[in-house]
Amino acid sequence: MRWMTIKTLRAALTMWLVVTFVFFVLRLSGDPTDVLLPDDVDQATRNFYRAKWGLDRPIWDQYFSYWTALFQGDFGVSFRNNLDAFDLVWERVPKTLLLTLTATAIAILIGVPMGILAALYRDSWVDRLVMSLAVFGFSMPNFFLGILLILLFSLNLRWLPSSGSETWWHLIMPALTLGTGFAASLARYTRSSMIDVLSKPYMRTARSKGAGPGLRVRAHALPNAAVPVVTILGFRFGDLLGWAVVTETVFAWPGIGRLLTNAVASRDLAVVQCIMIILAFTMVLANMIVDLIYGWLDPRVRVGAGTQSR
Amino acid sequence: MTALIKATDLRRTYTAGRSQWFRRSKNFHAVDGISVTIQRGETLGIVGESGCGKSTLAKLITGLIQANNGSVLFDGTETTNLGDAAWRDLRRRIQMVYQDAAGSLDGRMTVRAQVEEPLHIHGLPLDAAERALEAVGLAGPMAQRYPHEMSGGQLQRIVIARALALEPEVLVLDEPVSALDVSIQAQIVNLLVDLQRDRGLAYVFVSHDLGVVRHIADRIAVMYLGRIVEEAPKDAFYAGPLHPYSKALLAAVPKPDPSLRRTSAPRIGDPPNPVAPPAGCRFHPRCPLATAQCQTEAPALRAFGDRRAACHLIEDVA
Repeated sequence: MRWMTIKTLRAALTMWLVVTFVFFVLRLSGDPTDVLLPDDVDQATRNFYRAKWGLDRPIWDQYFSYWTALFQGDFGVSFRNNLDAFDLVWERVPKTLLLTLTATAIAILIGVPMGILAALYRDSWVDRLVMSLAVFGFSMPNFFLGILLILLFSLNLRWLPSSGSETWWHLIMPALTLGTGFAASLARYTRSSMIDVLSKPYMRTARSKGAGPGLRVRAHALPNAAVPVVTILGFRFGDLLGWAVVTETVFAWPGIGRLLTNAVASRDLAVVQCIMIILAFTMVLANMIVDLIYGWLDPRVRVGAGTQSR
Repeated sequence: MTALIKATDLRRTYTAGRSQWFRRSKNFHAVDGISVTIQRGETLGIVGESGCGKSTLAKLITGLIQANNGSVLFDGTETTNLGDAAWRDLRRRIQMVYQDAAGSLDGRMTVRAQVEEPLHIHGLPLDAAERALEAVGLAGPMAQRYPHEMSGGQLQRIVIARALALEPEVLVLDEPVSALDVSIQAQIVNLLVDLQRDRGLAYVFVSHDLGVVRHIADRIAVMYLGRIVEEAPKDAFYAGPLHPYSKALLAAVPKPDPSLRRTSAPRIGDPPNPVAPPAGCRFHPRCPLATAQCQTEAPALRAFGDRRAACHLIEDVA
């Protein structure tokens, strides 16, 4: 319980820092009316909009009223179309979730087994093949891989649509693009974690107990090797959201990533802030979930299970 | 009666370093022609310095590594050419205990689950686990703990319980107490002595500590650079070893008697590089008695009554 309180307080602190940082950086980076209004607009109109969006007030005043509004669940309105910023973002969330979760599934289904194979057949051709693919996978920038896929599957073979999100076919290329780098880094982490565990004395002990190779890997190697891999999975989920911004732009995938690029370009402050808060919240949440899974996987960090005295 | 374990001319070579373009890798003989027998219910203590091949010998006997040469008969069955599956059945009868108790337990499982695991593997009833835990004095709620919640001595008892659960005929103990405090060492050694009395177990007890071995072994085998240089019943050995190396080892054991003035034990320096062992008797560069013969001619292991020793000079000295 105490543990949960500390975790929650820490999460709250993180959120406060994110909101504050985003708020000030956005306001220091220029006047939104420069971008949003036509160049030849007269000063009176400009002042009218500045007043309407509250940009004429002192920055501290703006900051505190922003927080007041946030606590009332009000994220402000989009400068561009006067719609509620939160609604605007929220309707894009399912698309981004679909993309990132599919990419994560691809990464786990490809990366983890490849890492395990590479570790079990260490220094063999299997290992070398897997590791070469992994280097290729995470050295390849997202936008470049995405463009290559479009060239091959959309322009040459004409098998898959290059943009949009109407059907499941549309999902394949963005998810692959996003999942490849993730799968590659997972494969490397899984491999090194497995190699580490395989050399542990309890693996030798398992052998002298008479356990066969399959059982040794299933019962002892995999559960122990999973601990660091799960940690990485949680951290990398945050990165994935960042990469999604690029991928969504390449494939015109209507998620929050593409919304963010557009909102930043047009200095739509309320929308940018709302997206950043949601992204930060997701990352904080992912980290807390990892902590919980961690405790379940590893009894040494299990909390609240009544630590006995020696 | 056939010996429980009879090893003949065991050899195991390791490669030191990788071979590179202009340099061939060098082989060294970790175990270089060793023959030992272990009878039911007895304890053979194997002693020697670090790197003399004690642990390699233990692994060869338990089939965890393959011998390059030689044979191991377990209860009359040749084990060196057994397949993996046949070995797994044999593991019921030969169990191992290692120095690193914490490392040989899986930190994710309760100790009870780990003691029960070998029984699951071999399809045996689980109540043997409870008996084994009782035998080491850790039955009941203690067994629900995880390894990180226990002390070093408790962990080593758990490791012993796990080995006992299968009710084996021999335990191969590789430095089982060297990582423990002296008082805990005594606890474990006494536990092992009691278990042997109750269950008629045979032990192969590998240690670098002659003081500990004295409390448990019936016979002592002294290893030097991959070979046995002396083997003798315990009392005869501690009363007066034959081989100059055994003498040096015994002289180096500290005696807990403050009235004894600290007489300087013969200092014989560090062991030579096992990759390039000396010619002739391998001990001759460190031997205070070495002659010209020792430098060229390797001594055979010869019988002297109920003991064996490999030295050219035993008749001259004794």
